[in-house]
Amino acid sequence: MRRSKVSDEKKGWKELPIGAILEAGTAKNYKTGDWRHIRPIWNKEKCIQCLRCWIYCPDSSIIIKDGKVDGIDLDHCKGCGICAAECPVKPVKAITMVSEKEIK
Amino acid sequence: MRKKLAITGNEAVAYAMKQINPDVVAAYPITPATEIVQIFSQYVADGEVNTEFVAVESEHSAMSATIGASAAGSRAMTATSSQGLALMFEMLYIASALRLPIVMPEVNRSLSAPINIHADHSDTMGARDCGWLQIYCENSQEAYDSLIQAVRIAEESLLPIMVTIDGFIISHAMEAVDTFDNKEVQNFIGKYKPAHPLLDIKHPITIGAIDFNDYYFEHKRSQIEAMNNVEPVILKINEEFKKSFGRGYGLFEEYMMQDAETAIVVIGSTAGTAKVAVDNLRKQGKKVGLLRLRVFRPFPAEKLSKALSHLKAVAVLDRSTGMNAYAGPVCTEVASSLYTHSDLPASQQAGKKPKILNYIYGLGGRDIFVEDIQKVYVDLENVAKGEKTEKLINYIGVRE
Repeated sequence: MRRSKVSDEKKGWKELPIGAILEAGTAKNYKTGDWRHIRPIWNKEKCIQCLRCWIYCPDSSIIIKDGKVDGIDLDHCKGCGICAAECPVKPVKAITMVSEKEIK
Repeated sequence: MRKKLAITGNEAVAYAMKQINPDVVAAYPITPATEIVQIFSQYVADGEVNTEFVAVESEHSAMSATIGASAAGSRAMTATSSQGLALMFEMLYIASALRLPIVMPEVNRSLSAPINIHADHSDTMGARDCGWLQIYCENSQEAYDSLIQAVRIAEESLLPIMVTIDGFIISHAMEAVDTFDNKEVQNFIGKYKPAHPLLDIKHPITIGAIDFNDYYFEHKRSQIEAMNNVEPVILKINEEFKKSFGRGYGLFEEYMMQDAETAIVVIGSTAGTAKVAVDNLRKQGKKVGLLRLRVFRPFPAEKLSKALSHLKAVAVLDRSTGMNAYAGPVCTEVASSLYTHSDLPASQQAGKKPKILNYIYGLGGRDIFVEDIQKVYVDLENVAKGEKTEKLINYIGVRE
């Protein structure tokens, strides 16, 4: 974090909304995907569309289209692995975690 | 209809809450504040209020839920004391920084350890930097009136407010309280019009976000400005209250101060006892006065120093300690106000301020008597005569 200077193009206190209120939904623009060490790989063929991964994902990063899982939002997935842990498909899960290093 | 009721302090506070009819009350019990919410929950059960009552698992949750309810856009209240207030510590700062007009009756009770359930001011004094407004009441009548005023004060300054009464002394003692008609109270407090309610999904907001070192200071500066603007709001609402109801209270109460040479500064129920001491001494021809500080936050430094600067000696009574190897919280703030707000030019400053003494009393509910206070005035007289310099810190009623 670089040190802020008085000369920065930032707002003075009088311009700020009271109670430090902000617009809603700003988290969408803050990409946390580059924090990952391991990445979920979703296998469409194995997926039984139980939506457990979507329920448990703490970062709302399972993409849903027409009520079905459609992929992973890699801009916001932090690679916690909960989706893979919760996936009930046997013998091989529909979501598996691989190291980011292995991805080209 | 208006009723004169024989009620305890807690009953008076609960009655005021009933007439305020908040949208949400989230609370947890603690002696000696428990009754406030206990009585209020009976009003809820009997359908006398429209309040959504949330029984939470701790005071931290009580303040958290109250903050959530207030942010959602409702009139939200809670009540607590001592350890309960202490448990809310982090949330108090959050409530004020989020500019939520929460109204909280607080029953002054000492902080542990040792565990003590009786009256002293260590709990709310411990919260004096959290950004909440603080009104200390002398008696049940003032508590009832102040709670009603507090709704307007909080909503116009957009800062949370605590209205306090001394534990057991006021909370559990019966007094005659003049109460208003339900409609009158509702007319006075009006409807709450929140600026950014979370429940307004057409205008969604983010509340309570993170700040890095590039904006935190600006947000705090904005909050400081809000606190700086509260004094005139309190006075204005009191004028309205006086017009509607025929009585009112200022930032502090001056009793026999006009021609006084020495005075005591005191907060809360002890002022009642002290006024008797003043009356006794006045009968003996002593020029003594009393200043009861009511609004502690915001601290009325300028007006207070003007009210005290003509005195020869002032004794500040603290019902809590600063634990700072210096002086009690009220004393340090009163003394510094006399220093920073002197009218005199620098050339005339030296030796021209009242001598200050600090008396720590009443900790853990230790009683204080008229005789004790009269002794303080004797000390003040000696100091005023210049006979000897008394110690800064004195204790009333502690066994050596």
